[in-house]
Amino acid sequence: MASILTPGTRAPEFSLPVTPGKKLALSELRGKPVILAFYPADWSPVCGDQMALYNEILPEFQKFGAELLGISVDGVWCHEAFAKDRNLHFPLLADFEPKGAVARAYNAYRPGDGISERALFVIDKNGVITWSYCSPIAVNPGADGILDALEQLPKQE
Amino acid sequence: MSTLKIPVGPEDHVQGDEHAEFTLVEYGDYECPHCGYAYPVVKRLQRHLGKRLRFVFRNFPLSQIHPHAESAAETAEFAAAHGKFWEMHDLLFQNQSRLSLRLFEELSGDLGLSKAELLEALNRKDYEARVRADFAGGVRSGVNGTPTFFINGQRHNGSFEYQDLLAAFEAVPR
Repeated sequence: MASILTPGTRAPEFSLPVTPGKKLALSELRGKPVILAFYPADWSPVCGDQMALYNEILPEFQKFGAELLGISVDGVWCHEAFAKDRNLHFPLLADFEPKGAVARAYNAYRPGDGISERALFVIDKNGVITWSYCSPIAVNPGADGILDALEQLPKQE
Repeated sequence: MSTLKIPVGPEDHVQGDEHAEFTLVEYGDYECPHCGYAYPVVKRLQRHLGKRLRFVFRNFPLSQIHPHAESAAETAEFAAAHGKFWEMHDLLFQNQSRLSLRLFEELSGDLGLSKAELLEALNRKDYEARVRADFAGGVRSGVNGTPTFFINGQRHNGSFEYQDLLAAFEAVPR
């Protein structure tokens, strides 16, 4: 199995739907750190699943001026229902068509399963990956690694 | 491997001896059904392991999905300030299906605490900072949902069924 993109790599550009009418490109966020969180699917049946957890931790991420993006192969309507149900306050990107194309670009796709890995990337303000981590698919990685990586970034002026 | 970054200290709610062989730290949410499920499991472990186990509970309210979790945590901290943390902790889990401000008042009354003082403390958010501090420490330690358990400082990634937790204790290197 190929491993996910590593620190020092330029983060592959993408433009994906965030709502039924709107797209978001990675390059639009240039100038601030971005946390890109690939996860297998909406609606995992636990409290405080990965996205719900990050939603609670959002203020900690914002202390670093960072933008959090969740990304899975689910479609926009599915994301919309999920985000509403869990009261999520950050964008979920639909890597839906062509399916998993962005996950593939980050080497974070599981072809046999048709879903992405639980892969985390921290991208600096210049669009370069500074940290990445691929968690076993059944293990929610938490946020400690992300916060450590954000702390390592050079301070914003 | 995620490890507990905030050592057990004097601010913590602790049951058992500091020299116990095992320390179990739970990050939990009074409104989380999985924590409700784990509540009697922990009690059973405490009965089985006796003096070998020290148990610590820290707040990790997921308030975006559990509307009463934060105020329940602050109610427990209010009780703690009057020496009744564990009594309130038990009552909150035992009444998990009907958490509400009215219940928090009722439980305070049952424990001989002033309902008026509780309401004041909740309104003034006297214990919010304490709950936030628990939460932030949990995040840094890799808490990834509720409940998250740490056994002697290592995050337990397995299930929290009785047999699985017991096996995890037995597997701790001596």
